[in-house]
Amino acid sequence: MIELNRMTFGYASGAPLIAGLSARFGDGRIRAVLGPNGSGKSTLLRLCARQLTPASGTLRVGGQDAAGYDAKAFARMLAYLPQSRPVPMITVRALVAHGRFPHLGMTRRLSARDKDAVAHALAVTGLCSVAGRDLRTLSGGQRQKAYLAMLIAQDAPHLLLDEPTTYLDIGHQLELCAILRALRDEGRCVVVVMHDLAQALSLADDVLLLHGGQPLYDGPADGLIPSGAIERAFGVRPVLRESVQFERIP
Amino acid sequence: MRISQTSSSANEPGRIRLLAAVLALLLIAAALFSLCVGASGTSLLTGLADLLRGVSSPAARIVRYIRLPRVLAAMLTGAALAASGVLIQGVLGNPLAGPNVIGVNAGAGFCTLLCACLLPSAAKLLPAAAFAGALLAALVILLLADRMGASRITVVLAGVAISSIFSAGSDLITTLDPDATLGMSAFMIGGFADVSAARLRTAAVYILPALAAALLLAGDLDVLALGDEVAASLGLRVRRTRVLLLAVASVLAGAAVSFAGLLGFVGLIVPHAVRRAVGGEHRQLLPLSMLGGALFTLLCDTAARTLFAPYEVPVGILLSLVGGPFFLFLLLRSRKGARI
Repeated sequence: MIELNRMTFGYASGAPLIAGLSARFGDGRIRAVLGPNGSGKSTLLRLCARQLTPASGTLRVGGQDAAGYDAKAFARMLAYLPQSRPVPMITVRALVAHGRFPHLGMTRRLSARDKDAVAHALAVTGLCSVAGRDLRTLSGGQRQKAYLAMLIAQDAPHLLLDEPTTYLDIGHQLELCAILRALRDEGRCVVVVMHDLAQALSLADDVLLLHGGQPLYDGPADGLIPSGAIERAFGVRPVLRESVQFERIP
Repeated sequence: MRISQTSSSANEPGRIRLLAAVLALLLIAAALFSLCVGASGTSLLTGLADLLRGVSSPAARIVRYIRLPRVLAAMLTGAALAASGVLIQGVLGNPLAGPNVIGVNAGAGFCTLLCACLLPSAAKLLPAAAFAGALLAALVILLLADRMGASRITVVLAGVAISSIFSAGSDLITTLDPDATLGMSAFMIGGFADVSAARLRTAAVYILPALAAALLLAGDLDVLALGDEVAASLGLRVRRTRVLLLAVASVLAGAAVSFAGLLGFVGLIVPHAVRRAVGGEHRQLLPLSMLGGALFTLLCDTAARTLFAPYEVPVGILLSLVGGPFFLFLLLRSRKGARI
């Protein structure tokens, strides 16, 4: 469970990006964070990941004040995949093994348990066959999965992902969604910033729709369209008609 | 396709262990060879044999007091500069970075000149002045960069600004007191001609612990390579780690510069050559670069003092003359620098 209470944040110059926002992201749920460009989605995620320090307000993760965790303890509680991910000269296995960093001691050596977690993450994401490859030689979709595998290896009960499906082809998008559902079914709290409204509605259990740093809609995914919040946030109207949809071939 | 093949095989642990073993053996062989050859014409092996038997022959004394410190100095300097290069390139995510980026060379040059200008008779103080200058410049840059958030680009920009200030100071001294530059060219080119056991010991006191610290921090460097946001989300304290790594790098480069002069090129080319062989993971790259740097510097120094014996070419010249073309060859072989 991630709880934000009256969070306010803004950069030194200008009005606050987020003002007095309260929200709660439950365990065993996928929460899509939606909103127009500049509505504060990524800022909200960074605040939850302690990458930004709020001007005021409190953040609780797993029932405890987030400020009480040291850096590694917090990383064991909450994993965060930022929007910008560099592509260093590194093998896929080594990248995924970095997910174990907050679990390692001073010597930074992987224990048998750490190695199991890495193998599990590679298996879940279907990356075993490319584990020895240099990350830079993989396609965008595989790189994305490699980072997701790193997050899985981190084994935190809370996962925050900033636009994980952007720029991926439809097959990779759906594969990623399937993995996120599996993580939710393990009881984890999954929060995803997304741009594709249709995909968000099919993936998420709950939706938080932001507009100018304020929540326009905060509730179950089913209720988003009837609420009329999409019209107000984006200036577009959902049109429900028969259209082609895609699903993964098992 | 070629890239994926080389990199997938490059990371096999067996291959890396083999490479480490080969480098270590080559280093030992080069060290023994270097102990046995020299301008004095001391016959092969007799000096070394006398020394090992405890006989105090002139040949043994030459090996013990002249060649041994010099061989150790070349190895230590090479390892320190290569390690420093790996750390700085890793921390700044910039393959062109080297000790000069954090002002080590400019600071060392300025303080050496200042010392020569103010205390012309105290030539013995020059190494200490160089070390102090290197650390001073690095410290100023790190403090400034830390103030500005220690992002990669602020470190580089602060380095450029501080370096140019120190260089201007050096130019000022050169203009006002041209005599101070007498004897400075050896320092600027770099070399081991003046190495003594005492100076070696002083430098080793700094270099050996710093090398150990670098090896301990190599894992953090790998996490840092994932970018600030990812590294922080994994629980790494990015700012503290970056400043700590740069501090270790500046001690390494500063101590090396203090008694070997400006040999910074080693710190640029050795990490690149090793990276091409084993990939970019610092836990492998760093120890192998230390071995490679030690070997390369030792070979160049041995050549520098034997090729034209009894004359000696400053090793700095040879390092650049051999290293430069070798580096270009590596660049040409990679497909448009894809592996760099």
